[in-house]
Amino acid sequence: MKSRRDFLKTAATGAVLLGSQAKPGLAAMVDRSGLHPQQHTDAGRSRVVVAHDGVMHGPDGLLSEKRVIDLLDSAIAAYTERDHPVDAWKRIVPVGKTIGLKVNGLGGKGISTHLALVLAIAERLQQAGVKPGNILVWDRNARDLEACGLTISTDSNRIRCFGSDVGGYEDEPVAFGSVSVKLAKILTRECDMVIGLPILKDHSGAGVTFAMKNMYGVVQRPYDLHGGGCNPSVADLNCIPAVRQKVRFTIGDAITSVYEGGPGFHAEHLWQPNSLIVGEDRVAIDYSAWQMIERKRAEVGIMPLEAAGRPPRYIATAADAAHGLGFNDPMRIHLMEI
Amino acid sequence: MKFDFDGWMLAKRALFPILVGMVLVTTAGCKKASLDPFPASNAISGWQKTSETRVFAAKDLWQYIDGDAEQYISAGVVSTSTSDFKYQGQLEATVDVYTMGDAVGARKIFETGQTGDATAVVLGDAGIAYAQSVLFRKGPFLVRIVAYQSTPGADQALLALAHGVEAKL
Repeated sequence: MKSRRDFLKTAATGAVLLGSQAKPGLAAMVDRSGLHPQQHTDAGRSRVVVAHDGVMHGPDGLLSEKRVIDLLDSAIAAYTERDHPVDAWKRIVPVGKTIGLKVNGLGGKGISTHLALVLAIAERLQQAGVKPGNILVWDRNARDLEACGLTISTDSNRIRCFGSDVGGYEDEPVAFGSVSVKLAKILTRECDMVIGLPILKDHSGAGVTFAMKNMYGVVQRPYDLHGGGCNPSVADLNCIPAVRQKVRFTIGDAITSVYEGGPGFHAEHLWQPNSLIVGEDRVAIDYSAWQMIERKRAEVGIMPLEAAGRPPRYIATAADAAHGLGFNDPMRIHLMEI
Repeated sequence: MKFDFDGWMLAKRALFPILVGMVLVTTAGCKKASLDPFPASNAISGWQKTSETRVFAAKDLWQYIDGDAEQYISAGVVSTSTSDFKYQGQLEATVDVYTMGDAVGARKIFETGQTGDATAVVLGDAGIAYAQSVLFRKGPFLVRIVAYQSTPGADQALLALAHGVEAKL
């Protein structure tokens, strides 16, 4: 495993403009929106940071909030090559814009984005100059948000937190490839940039649910997108301009996971990777997360997802020329484990 | 215009079984929909019911369990009821009761995803338990109870709750 210090010595200097998300016109659109167009790549590879802390949970089984924020800082510092957390966050988020934090509470209590992680990110965003009212924590509905331990708030002077059951959906569907969906107004109208905060899970249909699949929570009828192991629906959905352009960063919650029986909470298949998976390339992140689940399945003697009949094929689809969302080739992924 | 009494009687005879069938189907549907499988607070020692019961028709099950709904729909789920419980103010648990079309559907789901560390328990037609969860089937019903913490005695508390649910099915 490479240490962060080693990485800082050897990593390519500075970020280069757009890597795997580069599409004609996208850079210009991002620039006009005031968002940072950089994608951190290392010699043509997408950077993915997997930050691990084996003692995030104390002997009492409770998650240490202090260790969560420390791990977040380590991950962001490694990703941005900035030691100071505030400097690092300023590399990621634009000033004066509304930043959405798309959590995932669908699995219910016990297998939803951890509150400690949401709070840690919100704290760092504010320190980087984002006003509380410009931070919007959201998911499908109040039930999902409450599963994350969050409290609904629409007060614009505070960090806002509400679901699409409050925000509503667009009347007109948008389409790409196989999907035609009505998007959440929180995505289309409220947020300038979204940071995805998925939680790593096995998925009975898709195989794995993480960064890209988390976007099912931004449409009105996600169930319609579940055919064929969610392939190519996941890839197509992420190509819809509002999703592709606004959801620009992922801080994946792999603190707790289910390696089998997901996406719901199955205590018998619960596992604590105690990790955060961070990056801009959603495909590379999902590929890395998938490998993490496969390693765990092998460790406990469960068949690989391919043998189980549900490999996450949408990851390769998202990487193909028609979608161009990122890299699923390990040779094109700079995986930094810290 | 002359009223055709004989024709009316014939039609009535023909329609009667259909009407009876419709009433029976409707009644059966109401019975399932109105079934409350959840023990009231303190009906099982130490257990409090801490949430309203939520019921999802098959077509809406995705709202509760997203893509996981597919396997239940394939197995013929009719409706799903869920409620939260708490044991001695500490151990939180959720009880899901899936009403399938028949016992075959319940068995199909029951037999999916079992792992070697499951312990067989005497519950309904068949039951298994893990440290933090219990799964059993009884006729067309499939019941899953999961606890969110691992506390001493959680397994026995969950079993007691499971028996309480079973008694109401």
